[in-house]
Amino acid sequence: MDKIRALIVDDSSVMRKIVERSLRQAGVELEKVVEAANGAEALAALQGNVVDLILCDINMPVMDGLEFVRQAATAETAKGIPIVMITTEGSESHVVQALSAGARGYIRKPFTPDQVKEHVLPLLGKKP
Amino acid sequence: MSNHGGSTNRSHGENWLPILELAIQEVFEIMVGCQVRPVAPSEHKANEEFTAMVGLAGALCGILTVCCDAKTARQIATRMLGDAAGSEDQAADALGEICNMIAGNFKNKLTGTDEQCMLSVPTIISGGEYTFRSLADGDSMETALLFEGAPIFVRLQLHS
Repeated sequence: MDKIRALIVDDSSVMRKIVERSLRQAGVELEKVVEAANGAEALAALQGNVVDLILCDINMPVMDGLEFVRQAATAETAKGIPIVMITTEGSESHVVQALSAGARGYIRKPFTPDQVKEHVLPLLGKKP
Repeated sequence: MSNHGGSTNRSHGENWLPILELAIQEVFEIMVGCQVRPVAPSEHKANEEFTAMVGLAGALCGILTVCCDAKTARQIATRMLGDAAGSEDQAADALGEICNMIAGNFKNKLTGTDEQCMLSVPTIISGGEYTFRSLADGDSMETALLFEGAPIFVRLQLHS
């Protein structure tokens, strides 16, 4: 895969920028970055944007990340797109809920670019 | 800010303070790219122009606050973003995320607690002219850490 299009979902604009920078530091070449501040905005963004990867927080207002993953699992616009959670919620039950709902990866905040590399690159068909 | 907190039960406060300080230090080292050093809160004057708060509910119930002056909040945002000086909105946003990550990192370090404790989204107050009244009546702990020479105050107040 060459350059990718990513959807970054987090209620913090600072964190969205950090996630984007971490992707670049992990060696991911980004053609386009779409940002959303919650799950509902992310679902709306998928209506008008084709993306290859979604990185999503859990604790967000309006629609949280777990609900977004559940709804994305049945949405035609999100079909086959890998979703990686990036969240402060580090409990095993959150991980299980996210993976059961359809997430393909789980990164706990605080995180390093190496962790992004380890969890994201395999989903893009690259070696970490 | 003036503070009218609940009573203090020192048992958890003493046991958990080093865990809280470790959680803070990890967040700053990984996400801000610098080391912060714990200092005695009483030895530093509070200039709390920004206050970030995250609520905890479940096995741990209460509130975690992170306070600092406006210049420090902007410096944190600038370091996190790695570019030019942060705006006031970015400073508030960055401090909220720092508070959120400290709360998450802290609870994840308490065995058996992380599974049964939920975090709220952060709330940020700009300006220090307010009175903080917590209904928390259990443990409370406070620490201060120096970030580029300026104190950052972190308080955890819990319901019993």
